[in-house]
Amino acid sequence: MTNRADLHTLTGAYATDSLDDTERAQFEEHIGQCPACAQEVRELSATAARLGLAAAVVPRPALKEQVLRSIATVRQEAPRTEPGPPGGTVPRAPLRRASRWALAACLAAATAFGATAVWQHREAGDARDQAREVQQRTEELASLLAAPDARTRTANLAGGARATVVVSEGRDRAAFLATGMAEPPRGKVYQLWFNDKGTMRSAGLMDPGRTTSALVMKGRVGEATGMGVTVEPAGGSPEPTTKPVALLDFPA
Amino acid sequence: MARGDQKAFASVYDVVAGPVLGVVRRVLRDHAQSEEVTQEVLVEVWRTAPRYRKNRGTAMNWVLTLAHRRAVDRVRSVEAAAERDHKAALLAQTPEFDEVSEQVEARFEREQVRRCLRGLTETQRQSVTLAYYRGLTHRQVAELLALPLGTVKTRLRDGLIRLRDCMGVSA
Repeated sequence: MTNRADLHTLTGAYATDSLDDTERAQFEEHIGQCPACAQEVRELSATAARLGLAAAVVPRPALKEQVLRSIATVRQEAPRTEPGPPGGTVPRAPLRRASRWALAACLAAATAFGATAVWQHREAGDARDQAREVQQRTEELASLLAAPDARTRTANLAGGARATVVVSEGRDRAAFLATGMAEPPRGKVYQLWFNDKGTMRSAGLMDPGRTTSALVMKGRVGEATGMGVTVEPAGGSPEPTTKPVALLDFPA
Repeated sequence: MARGDQKAFASVYDVVAGPVLGVVRRVLRDHAQSEEVTQEVLVEVWRTAPRYRKNRGTAMNWVLTLAHRRAVDRVRSVEAAAERDHKAALLAQTPEFDEVSEQVEARFEREQVRRCLRGLTETQRQSVTLAYYRGLTHRQVAELLALPLGTVKTRLRDGLIRLRDCMGVSA
């Protein structure tokens, strides 16, 4: 039997899955009553996951087919609605299944965008600072995507591009995710806009070097009922000067 | 089951499959078994995704935590494997797997993890890598390194805390 003081030091062993079943059960019971331990476990588990991420390899293409075939025969669990333990292993608020899953997809996509951005910056002189900045932006984005009231809408754009808009009413913020957008013409950028019932309000610029993007839109959602994207001269414009390449209504 | 969900899962697969297979291979070291466990993990991700909540951390953390747990479950169920009892083999440097290529996107992660691991003490580094990358219990780590159990527990914790700070992990 491990005593209480000892239990505190087990956060590392727990995060690396090196406890046996009995100790694991004991420790999980303990973190239910120890918010500081729960926080440390979250951080150390996230750290362990980074060790895992560093080990990533390229799977055989056939594995994807196998997995997709398998899931077609496996029913998804319904979201649970009862409160979970404070350790955070069980879901909480009810949300429709489809939108929940869309959120998971978004999160995964955001992670990938973050990783790509970090990788693209790695050659730059101050890679570490840039990585931190990208991570911060990714976290802000991930946190918005995971907001309990986040709603998403996806649309196909011209040229095979896809855009998703995520809105959290509670946070009064929105995010825009796009893949496969054509590069803007030289000296031009994509500018994002909130659509305030027909009046466009600037919501920031997309990184011109990238055709895949995920970013939190600048400013509050406010009264906006949708968003748009236009091509503008470098630096952006106070109001749209071209026809939108994308116009999306916010999800109801 | 909604078709849209399956489509969404295909894009999640693209992001998580490489890291999942990487983690599982590190622990199991057998390619066929690793693919099998990877497939089980991804099906479990699909099955339980509607229950995924942010309080478990980011989606990637959640998936990789699950992958590591399942790989460890598998390795412990076949504990008797002779090779694993061989101390020399366990203490040797982790072999690189030449028949699979490392994911290019993970290069930054690899460089950072290597750099940060170098900042640990020898016992911290050995404890963390034997526990995480080899899936050993802290008891096995203690035996292998001839250290008291309590020491291994604190080295694991101190080592991860140092890695957390070095990599700027927040949760």
